[in-house]
Amino acid sequence: MSGGTQLENANPVIFERSGERLQTAADEDEDVHDPIDDREIFDLIRSINDPEHPLSLEELNVVEQVRVKVNDADSNVGVEFTPTIPHCSMATLIGLSIKVKLLRSLPDRFKIDVHITPGTHASEDAVNKQLADKERVAAALENSSLLEVVNQCLSTRSV
Amino acid sequence: MKENLTLIQRLNAHPDSRCWFVGWNPNGTLLASCGGDKAIRIWGREGDSWVCKGVLEDGHQRTVRKLAWSPCGNYLASASFDATTCIWKKKNDDFESLTVLEGHENEVKCVAWAPSGNLLATCSRDKSVWIWEVDEEDDYECVTVLNSHTQDVKHVAWHPTQELLASASYDNNICIYKEVDDDWECQATLQGHTSTVWNLSFSATGERLASCSDDRTVKIWKEYPAESGQGDISWKCVCTLSGYHGRAVYDVDWCRLTGALATASGDDAVRVFKEESSTDPDQPVFSLVAHMPKAHSQDVNSVAWNPKEAGLLATCSDSGDIAIWKFQEQD
Repeated sequence: MSGGTQLENANPVIFERSGERLQTAADEDEDVHDPIDDREIFDLIRSINDPEHPLSLEELNVVEQVRVKVNDADSNVGVEFTPTIPHCSMATLIGLSIKVKLLRSLPDRFKIDVHITPGTHASEDAVNKQLADKERVAAALENSSLLEVVNQCLSTRSV
Repeated sequence: MKENLTLIQRLNAHPDSRCWFVGWNPNGTLLASCGGDKAIRIWGREGDSWVCKGVLEDGHQRTVRKLAWSPCGNYLASASFDATTCIWKKKNDDFESLTVLEGHENEVKCVAWAPSGNLLATCSRDKSVWIWEVDEEDDYECVTVLNSHTQDVKHVAWHPTQELLASASYDNNICIYKEVDDDWECQATLQGHTSTVWNLSFSATGERLASCSDDRTVKIWKEYPAESGQGDISWKCVCTLSGYHGRAVYDVDWCRLTGALATASGDDAVRVFKEESSTDPDQPVFSLVAHMPKAHSQDVNSVAWNPKEAGLLATCSDSGDIAIWKFQEQD
């Protein structure tokens, strides 16, 4: 974030990144119906940047593959994310970034629900309600300064 | 289930954008739609099909969330995320921007005309409801700012015959306002929904009110005289339609011709409910008489019964489409 400001969580625990997805013969076969699975969704969101640290959401354990649930047949995706600290003021922004990434990447038919992992944030219900309100999400994404911050979180980091 | 809902036409009304709302003019000849493309479109019938009669652009800088036709049909009000409400005047086959109502701090979510046409209500994410008075010179003056809600106000609806206003909010409550001694005040707060109340619709006589919510239910409220014989009116929930909707219910419209209740849901479906005859008015029973799964390819945002042609229903969706349906009861 901006220089000079105090970091909310100065020393976060850093987790190891998972390996690349294993390709199977069926993945290569164009004739096999290939539903979207949990790992594919996880791959879309794991490299989203944390708004505060030069680390990915995966490295901070904010997102984990076990907290991603996709049902391709019913066209729904559920993602639970875990803020690094229970009073994280960035929780809504992180959730919004995950939601925007999935909205942009997935076919329109998908219903995308982004929630805080139960019991991991002081204002869990309020954040969840705001993320579920598509009217407020739509209004937020028309706000150019907020959109810029979201796009920063979603940009690919130069290594 | 019987095939009670037949598709008449599908229109790609707001391409690459969301269509947030559809509303019929009072004589049912024109349909107005609005969306994320900041445009308002007017649709009319030509022969057997519905065609675009006009596009109202340049009125708003951001999403147009809702529209309201004046009771005379000569004016159209549009509520926008740009924090303003535009008033458009019909001139022959065209509309021209008459005035812009400013004052809300942020997104205006809804606008509604009182049955007399002399009052207009707007509501906003700034948690307030404003009532505007209209004079003969087409001048608009804010007469009151109501701050009864603690959160984002999603919808305002006037009683069909009286100057009684209802509002629905992100705070899960519904408020009913009335003018008492030259002062508008909240007369009743209707509590019962467990999440955001998205929309409201009065019955033909205005004795009852339907509300729909993010909690996936529709509630029917009935007005009762105040128990003490004076003071605040009282509204009680007499029926809850639960278990029908798979996701949030974004809109409900109570047909003033047939009494049928249509709902728009985030599960992509359109449903129609009817009250069973000879039920106790204090404990009415509503049954599902039409269910159109996949009515649209994405969330359904709005449902509107034509005010003159019984059974003609318009719906719109996040996909940008409008659909026109015919509802027919089969015995």
